[in-house]
Amino acid sequence: MGISYTLWNVLLGATLLGLVGGVLGSFALLRRQSLLADALAHAALPGVCLAFLLTGQKSPGLLLAGAAATGVLGALCVILIVRGSQLIKEDSAIGIVLSVFFAFGIVLITKIQRMPSGNQSGLDKYLFGQVATLVTEDLWVMCGIIAIVVTTVAVFFKELRLLCFDRAFGASLGFPMRGLEVLLTCLLVMVVVVGLQIVGVVLMVSTLVTPAAAARQWTDRLGSMILVSGVLGMFGAVTGVLLSSASDSLPPGPTIVLVSSFVLVLSILFAPRRGILWARLRERAVRLRIRRENLLKDLYTLGERSQSWTVLTPLHTLTAMRGQPARELRKNSRVLAAQGLAMLSGDEVRLTESGLQAAEKVVRKHRLWEVYLTRRLELPTDHVHRDAEAMEHALTDDAVEQLEERLGSPVLDPHGKPIPPRIRP
Amino acid sequence: MNAPLTIILTGALVAASCSLVGTFLVLRKMALLGDAISHAVLPGIVIAFLFTNSLASFPALVGASVVGIATVFLVEALHRSRRLYEDTSIGVVFPALFSLGVILVSVYAGQVHIDTDCVLYGEIGLSNLDEWIVGGKSLGPRSIWVTGGVMLFDLLFVLAFYKELKLVSFDPDLAASIGYSPMLVHYLLMTVVSITVVASFESVGSILVVAMLVVPPAAAYLLSAQLINMILIAIAIAVASSAAGYAFARSVDCSIAGAMAFSAGLFFLAAFFASPRNGLVARIVLRWRLRERLTRQLLLLHLKARVTVEEARTLQPEDLVVRFGWSRSRIDRAVRRLRANGLIESSGGRLWLTQAGKAALDREGTAVLAHR
Repeated sequence: MGISYTLWNVLLGATLLGLVGGVLGSFALLRRQSLLADALAHAALPGVCLAFLLTGQKSPGLLLAGAAATGVLGALCVILIVRGSQLIKEDSAIGIVLSVFFAFGIVLITKIQRMPSGNQSGLDKYLFGQVATLVTEDLWVMCGIIAIVVTTVAVFFKELRLLCFDRAFGASLGFPMRGLEVLLTCLLVMVVVVGLQIVGVVLMVSTLVTPAAAARQWTDRLGSMILVSGVLGMFGAVTGVLLSSASDSLPPGPTIVLVSSFVLVLSILFAPRRGILWARLRERAVRLRIRRENLLKDLYTLGERSQSWTVLTPLHTLTAMRGQPARELRKNSRVLAAQGLAMLSGDEVRLTESGLQAAEKVVRKHRLWEVYLTRRLELPTDHVHRDAEAMEHALTDDAVEQLEERLGSPVLDPHGKPIPPRIRP
Repeated sequence: MNAPLTIILTGALVAASCSLVGTFLVLRKMALLGDAISHAVLPGIVIAFLFTNSLASFPALVGASVVGIATVFLVEALHRSRRLYEDTSIGVVFPALFSLGVILVSVYAGQVHIDTDCVLYGEIGLSNLDEWIVGGKSLGPRSIWVTGGVMLFDLLFVLAFYKELKLVSFDPDLAASIGYSPMLVHYLLMTVVSITVVASFESVGSILVVAMLVVPPAAAYLLSAQLINMILIAIAIAVASSAAGYAFARSVDCSIAGAMAFSAGLFFLAAFFASPRNGLVARIVLRWRLRERLTRQLLLLHLKARVTVEEARTLQPEDLVVRFGWSRSRIDRAVRRLRANGLIESSGGRLWLTQAGKAALDREGTAVLAHR
């Protein structure tokens, strides 16, 4: 399949934007400036128009310089409104800058369109982007800007990381945090300006934030987040451009945004560890383990009364203890039986030898924790059971040994029940 | 009704209803949720249009409002899942929905007569051409009926829930503790915002909607500390912006909706600088006055402290330059004021506390004196 000159340009431009947008978007996201980026993009519009009105030329460098100028002005206005009024909050300030600057841009664009000479200005492509008009000259401008952005991020990576996560600490170390903020905002403006031609003012924020938000789900480290974000940005761009070029009615900008958003949805659902699916599975596993441990413990306490732990106990007796339906208990008993910890016969269940050991372990944790709470935190004895109910499932074996040592190996819990001794391997 | 009046009235009605509900968005620090809704309802509008072939019909209003509420719900679900920050949630949800809308417009280009540019800045200039005709009789421009209806609806909503809205906006915890549900009020408000946005969309586009949701309320916030006054001022600014914007657009020949939003920005700018209590100018003046008062207080105390040491009964203004690092003109202003009040005397470049000044200082303390 032959790829036309235009498509090459589009692909190249969109990919570069995806990369650099993803990289800087990570910083914008972590610094809670996602929507400031939106305001910057909107504020860039009047700059494009003013540059055209003042010079009557359409050279990309000039228009982008105008965009950068009003973009920076917009960022300054947000800060000025918040600091100067001490009443207007940041969200309102962003809303004001975004809508008023954009309205001014619309005023200028419509004015230019209705001028006798301005009909062909094509400035409205900056609203939604129009990749098809990208020429090699635009790409060179983009490459230059991207080189600046990537180099700056690489050189100041450590400082920028401090800025994102612990600004006060960075300042105390003597790093010029305010200067870095200004630097980062300038870079953001540059990327926004580059993106205007491709995705347009309205959707620019998505190019920055959506890949970064997706990348955040995959990693906890800034370095890898930036990398993943850049890759996802490029992926969204390439897929979006190809999809839109294959169809007559899919405009590239919105298609790129939708692809990235789809990637974000997948990331939120399925990313390892942070993904919702994983979290649900983990929660479920914990919940089931807790139920099984409770069953073991209940069998143990029942056996404690008669001092014989391996006799058959009817399920309804267990139901009476914790209010669990028999169906649920039977299911858990089967799992315990499969693990060799219990034996199920008809409607009765009993512990096996190794089941008894496992049950003792849980009860040990419970009762040692009760001792700890009454002795160290001096809680009344009737207040410690509920807390121990939770901790018996959370304490590790290691922690329990330490606990026992610190408490001087007690033999009775606060209610006078014996604490099962440690099982010697 | 003639064209200019229709256009101004439509703009004013949209602006007023947006400001009315926008006031609560600004107070609740949710201005950008309004922005998000105004972008995100686009797919709802397009889908409703596909079914009903009209933007201003009742089903279209309902359909798009559902999308608006879904936006709020989605943003909050993402935020509450603790996987995204709140601002990030807004920043990813509305571009996605807006893109979906633009693509729908493009895919159904033959059936949906929505120009994507008009999504942004509307067709308010044509609002007088579309008349509402019932049974062959014209009832006047439809935009007036739609926007007027929304204004009435918003007004009724705010009147009915004024107490709840006020309480939830200023003290959600108290509201919850005495039995109001902040969540319910929140979603009610968002529903009303969605309906307002959607109904305003056709005539004025998303840009005027966003501007009017945020800018007049923010300006009014600077001008009044009373909720009811804030609402009234916001509406007044909104209406004035519409008229001024129309006049401006006529004189320079540009987008009317854009000019209206821009005018609102100018009103905000005026309030930002010139608000009597919270304006930048007022606060700079206040800070200046406080500084001058502090100068006089310190000068008096300094002179008083010297009274106890015989040989240092008097001092020269230059000493103060050294002692406090003040400029000579600052000291001169303080001296002039204190002399005029008879509290200090100066002669031959030296300053001392007068008997009256000493007595007054002992009697009243410096804080009171320096006010004179």
